[in-house]
Amino acid sequence: MSEDMSEKVLMKGNEAIAEAAIMAGCRHYFGYPITPQTELTAYMAKRLPKMEGGVFLQAESEIAAINMVIGVSSAGKRVMTSSSSPGISLKGEGLSYLAGCDLPAFVVNVQRGGPGLGGIQPSQSDYFQATRGTHGDYHTIVLAPDSVQEMVSLTVKGFELADKYRMTSMLLADGTLGQMMEPVSLDVGEIKTFDKPWATTGTKMQRPNNIINSLSLIPEELEQWNMTRFERYKVVEENEVMYEEYMMDDAEICLVSFGITARVSKNAINEARAQGIKAGMIRPITLWPFPKKALCEAADKVKAFISVEMSMGQLIEDVELATRCKKPVLLCNRCGGVIPSPQNVMDKIVEANNLGGEKA
Amino acid sequence: MATSKVLFAGFGGQGILFSGKFLAYNGLIADKNVSWLPSYGPEMRGGTANCSVIISDEPIGSPIITNPDMLVVMNNPSLEKYEGEVVPGGKIFVDSSLIDRKVERKDVEVYYIPATKMAADEGLDTLANMILVGKLIKESGITDFENVSAVLDKIVSAKHQDLKEFNHKALRLGYEYAE
Amino acid sequence: MTTVFDRPHALKDVQLHYCPGCTHGIIHRLVAECIDELGIEGRTIGIASVGCSVLTYNYFNVDMIQAAHGRAPAVATGAKRADPNNIVFTYQGDGDLAAIGTAETVHSAARGENITVIFVNNAIYGMTGGQMAPTSLPGQVTQTSPYGRDTKTVGYPVKVCELLSNVDGATYLERVAVNDVKNVNNAKRAIKKAFQYQMEGKGFSLVEVLSTCPTNWGLTPEKAIKWLEDNMIPYYPLGVYKDKYAEKEGK
Repeated sequence: MSEDMSEKVLMKGNEAIAEAAIMAGCRHYFGYPITPQTELTAYMAKRLPKMEGGVFLQAESEIAAINMVIGVSSAGKRVMTSSSSPGISLKGEGLSYLAGCDLPAFVVNVQRGGPGLGGIQPSQSDYFQATRGTHGDYHTIVLAPDSVQEMVSLTVKGFELADKYRMTSMLLADGTLGQMMEPVSLDVGEIKTFDKPWATTGTKMQRPNNIINSLSLIPEELEQWNMTRFERYKVVEENEVMYEEYMMDDAEICLVSFGITARVSKNAINEARAQGIKAGMIRPITLWPFPKKALCEAADKVKAFISVEMSMGQLIEDVELATRCKKPVLLCNRCGGVIPSPQNVMDKIVEANNLGGEKA
Repeated sequence: MATSKVLFAGFGGQGILFSGKFLAYNGLIADKNVSWLPSYGPEMRGGTANCSVIISDEPIGSPIITNPDMLVVMNNPSLEKYEGEVVPGGKIFVDSSLIDRKVERKDVEVYYIPATKMAADEGLDTLANMILVGKLIKESGITDFENVSAVLDKIVSAKHQDLKEFNHKALRLGYEYAE
Repeated sequence: MTTVFDRPHALKDVQLHYCPGCTHGIIHRLVAECIDELGIEGRTIGIASVGCSVLTYNYFNVDMIQAAHGRAPAVATGAKRADPNNIVFTYQGDGDLAAIGTAETVHSAARGENITVIFVNNAIYGMTGGQMAPTSLPGQVTQTSPYGRDTKTVGYPVKVCELLSNVDGATYLERVAVNDVKNVNNAKRAIKKAFQYQMEGKGFSLVEVLSTCPTNWGLTPEKAIKWLEDNMIPYYPLGVYKDKYAEKEGK
């Protein structure tokens, strides 16, 4: 590790997440090996035991790992787990409990192709799983980096948001981002921390006991808990939406894409511009909260949208909802571990441009 | 050149990923934008391994290389797979000790280096990859040869000083190789 | 006036929800008495499980975490690792610990997690209304084994102490019962020892407490005690199944 934090180093995405988590104050990691995120687990195995208070534990299952996360989070400490798609399914139970208990946690999904055991090549087909979640009414903050540098900044941000709103934040990456190396600066600035008077740290005989719990057998009480929680979610939706606009000033075709496909899309947009087609992109950085307003406003200016994704049409549903179907939304997708090529995207841009949609 | 897209391909165990990493670091110390993307999975063990490196003055969009400017190949299957993908006018670096055929394309520049044999002759087993990289540095202009020591300092740990010397020697062999 | 009998401080002054004659109340009291006597209330974290004991978070006067079904030992692992100075215990029933949570049980023992597990075995799923448990006896009639547990089709009960006694990481395993005064006193001794071992950093301890479920067994409390004595104790013999430190001291 470089001593000068501003100096850039080449790091794999998976390792950069791990290092950023440590910089964010995370000293507890629980995981289970799965491709293509294993470098993250391995990095933590090497680093954490050498740090004061550092705990690395390879759990017996993904289920156990997320529940160990619940134990540490209850104690008020920053904690994380990571996995890839099938493993995240197993963690699903714990994600719902984290939400029901209002516990902060940071979870990484380096996606691979599915369903089932699927494959090990990159995918974005856990979009629904990440943004819709498992049982019960709840939300997860979903952060979608498109570079190794952003994996660093969003990891730090993820820990902060989790603590601030007592929620799970999930970093939704994919096999490409996890495996690739890019120069990164590890200068992450000052880390924000939050008081946790609710934590089960032991009463020290000085306060009433704290209880971390998601159970209520009284419907009206459970309803009220959910209402209160959704008031907090509303604040998140109002304040924490993040997205990037790329060449949107005069765009007539608006691509919507996140993560690695957003980078492929940038190549295609540059090519389209070279051919005189005014393409641009809105890249959601938070998938929940989704940049609904930005997309809705764009719908009044552009003639068509293209959802570029590595899934069979998941992101596109949020684009259609956000744009109120004011303009056509085309799907440009590959799946199963196949990454769309810039040419795939370019072809779709040409198709969208030929739609002859009415220009505002 | 504003952007160089280099694809390294061969068998797992030939140092394909390390070659790419070495080149990527050359970009890093020159303050360029860099991306390094490996193939991953079971094919890493004995099957084909490949690694894409992009070095650019501009921000890098996709790190995936569809059509490389330069191809470094260390086995027959990789040449079969990627020969047709190289851009016209691109460069192909062939380990001619391991690849028994000539490149069929006429619109690319081809360099045949018997890297594996050279490495064996010089007691540099496992460093055929770096001999090829030496040649690539010479012919591509991606980086100055003077930089390679600094890069090796970054990626080879100090306790393996001997490895650094071996790598340097291999790079020089390739750099000075003339067919 | 001298108070000779009082509620332990670690047990809240609230009405428990357990059915009449259920022995959960006794076990709660024993755990709370041990916490009091060891002076660890201020640094004890309890992990409630799913089943009849789901509401234990309302009863113990210590910081509590309610865990998902079967996951209490994993949650306890996190809680303990987050602050090793705290005393962490789980309170789990047989379905939770020996069916859905088997992996968490075995692996927390294998790791030698320095936690204490209070395992209440009443050979039935109580909370959901009397279904067959992993510890239901051969031939035992339950809602989901209405013709009696047929070992040919659903196999045999899981003997947790025997199973874990082969796990190197486990430190202290003892099976007790709360059917009479002598056994209740013995159960308290075992629970206290388990907590003491944790305080001394000795590793994973589990106390299996044979318990009754008059409601779902369809018996009066008195007959339930008799059923436990006649059927459960012979199948699940009481005693110490493992004590690493007694072995070392040649006891």
